[in-house]
Amino acid sequence: MIFESLAGKLQETLRRLRGKGRLTEKDIDTALREVRLSLLEADVNFKVVKEFVGVVRERCLAAEVLESLTPGQQVVKVVSEELTRMMGEKQAKLNHSPTPPTVVMMVGLQGSGKTTSAAKLAAILKKSSHNPLLVAADIYRPAAIKQLQVLGDQLGIAVFQLGQQDPAKIAIAAIETAKKTRHDYVIIDTAGRLHIDETLMTELRCIEQAVAPHETLLVVDAMTGQDAVNVARVFQEKIKLTGVVLTKLDGDSRGGAALSVRAVTGCPVKFAGSGEKTEAFQPFYPERMAARILGMGDVLSLIDKAQAAYDGKKAQEMEKKLREQQFSLEDFLDQLEQLKKMGPLNHLLEMMPGMGGLGKKLKGITVDDRELVKVEAIIKSMTKQERLSPTIINSSRRKRIALGSGTKVQDINNLLKQFEMMQKMLKQFGKGKNKGKFPLL
Amino acid sequence: MGLLGRIGEGLKKTRNNIMDRLQGLLTSKSFDEQFYEELEELLLAADVGVQAAQELVGKLCEQASAKRIQDAEQLTALLKNLILQLLTWETTSIAITQKPTVVLVLGVNGVGKTTTIGKLAGLFRSQGQKVILAAGDTFRAAASEQLEIWAGRAEAEIVRHQPGADPAAVIFDAITAARARNADLVLCDTAGRLHNKSNLMDELKKIYRVAERALPGAPHEVLLVLDATTGQNAIAQARIFHQAVPLTGIVLTKLDGTAKGGIIIAVTRELGIPVKFVGIGEGVDDLQPFNPQEYVTGLFEEPVR
Repeated sequence: MIFESLAGKLQETLRRLRGKGRLTEKDIDTALREVRLSLLEADVNFKVVKEFVGVVRERCLAAEVLESLTPGQQVVKVVSEELTRMMGEKQAKLNHSPTPPTVVMMVGLQGSGKTTSAAKLAAILKKSSHNPLLVAADIYRPAAIKQLQVLGDQLGIAVFQLGQQDPAKIAIAAIETAKKTRHDYVIIDTAGRLHIDETLMTELRCIEQAVAPHETLLVVDAMTGQDAVNVARVFQEKIKLTGVVLTKLDGDSRGGAALSVRAVTGCPVKFAGSGEKTEAFQPFYPERMAARILGMGDVLSLIDKAQAAYDGKKAQEMEKKLREQQFSLEDFLDQLEQLKKMGPLNHLLEMMPGMGGLGKKLKGITVDDRELVKVEAIIKSMTKQERLSPTIINSSRRKRIALGSGTKVQDINNLLKQFEMMQKMLKQFGKGKNKGKFPLL
Repeated sequence: MGLLGRIGEGLKKTRNNIMDRLQGLLTSKSFDEQFYEELEELLLAADVGVQAAQELVGKLCEQASAKRIQDAEQLTALLKNLILQLLTWETTSIAITQKPTVVLVLGVNGVGKTTTIGKLAGLFRSQGQKVILAAGDTFRAAASEQLEIWAGRAEAEIVRHQPGADPAAVIFDAITAARARNADLVLCDTAGRLHNKSNLMDELKKIYRVAERALPGAPHEVLLVLDATTGQNAIAQARIFHQAVPLTGIVLTKLDGTAKGGIIIAVTRELGIPVKFVGIGEGVDDLQPFNPQEYVTGLFEEPVR
């Protein structure tokens, strides 16, 4: 149901048409139907999809696509380029006021994740040596103030509250306090509200007028469907939005709402929340989101993660070894350790193109991190010589390794077989057989 | 920003365009391919999803040509009927057949689980039932406090532990307390969890098993809370939650906004789980039994109320 990869699907659609020689307008339309479906499945608003496909169509009809040897890839390229352009070409940063404090207001529907996002934003600000003040202006939801206080306590960030008073008054008082106590950022957590609730929207405007925020962030759940356009439009009409926070990206939704909201408000997505932990808050990368909406996986984030966990020098050494085909079990162990630093395997798999879908296909099969522990134990039970040249591992050595690592001989056999296969694969990589497999990357 | 501006403008202008056009086509009493396309768009706009929308419109086409229906109004009625068939179930609400009846409430983050429990407590208290709430969300900051306030409002009892406690233990205690105090209903809150986090889904399975151990046959109801603003991801949510623990019903929340929650059509169609309640506000009375007739009428109404 969910598109494993739009790229693959398009390739398939267009390949069937190859025999005809030149592609026609009609062929392009067939391909664009796939694009339309894919975007709709990703929850992009249908009107946005319509306009978008129209623009892509114009570009596709240009000679570069029609006469290309790989029209499928060309179509994907045009789609992803346009999508990235629409998402905003570069990463947008948080506005900053020359005279502190910078006032940030978080707004959005109920349950979109305002309070959590406010705390996460404060946490990254604190990390980069700022002194943020969180303001509890959600006076309606039971225990909302308490929630912010608990989060503030956890993070060691001051929380300002005046109980159930008028939110505008709370905000003004908070800024006064911030000036005195030298907080350079004030983050106001407002109550969740429906965009059609006149009273609450007026209240929001009162807060806005009272404190003139430098940044008003609309918090949007990445799982939002078609209604995202209505929500964003009304919020934008009533108050002046300056940016968007996209939350719950650690789910498996494709997040098409990001595109809808961007189209309606013109505001850039500034942050992406992906997890319950306060550190799971990142700057937003438009090109990655474009790839995710298209169902092509979040390869760039994966690369980033790898880079963050990887030791650059070691990586260079590894690359050399790979190229010279001297990859040993010793190196393999090293890799495993690096991999473990990157977080749970499931998380990594989800980020790989096509893999998100694969997980669904292999219902219930999850990658088990414990499997890695086992492999680690096996390799650690080998002598140095065995690790360097696994061919010497005969049956008696296997028995010894199994005993040492608390596994079965079978496990050793499996590992060695897998390792052998891996070496073969690496040889092919070395010869460049798989070059150009991901033309977009 | 050319393309972006264009789309933004287009959206502003055509806020209700679809209904207008459909209305136009309806009154002109003519229908053709364009009419079906508009109907499909109407369904898509309500988050029904491509697959379900195409199937519904396809069926409509078939029936229309078989019955030789030419009238646009009759066609819309026929489509409403098709949707009604999917959404009508014999069992609605929660039957308190056993004492205590244990209800487990689940869902992803921010859909309104705690609020739904508060309202359910109010509903059953007003019917004179003795209700105990189990504060099973021991993870989110101040979740128990939130439930406690709801318990106060609904005049229900609450069983809670320290933050970070084992949710299964809280629920076990609540059920045991309910048996001792002769309560009619135990409403169990759980922490919001994304369905793609297998450790959290495992935790859910454990909660289910422990509830069963505390009282054979429990939980009698397992309600999945879906947010009406959620798009296609709700299908994945329902599917995976249902795989983890057998669901008995859906609560559709936040229906007082402009979102139509059409995704429940796709969800009930695939999983055969009835929608039991809808949430339409933040007050204690803002939870109603699901009325398919009303829902379908709303589906075809003006998007901005």
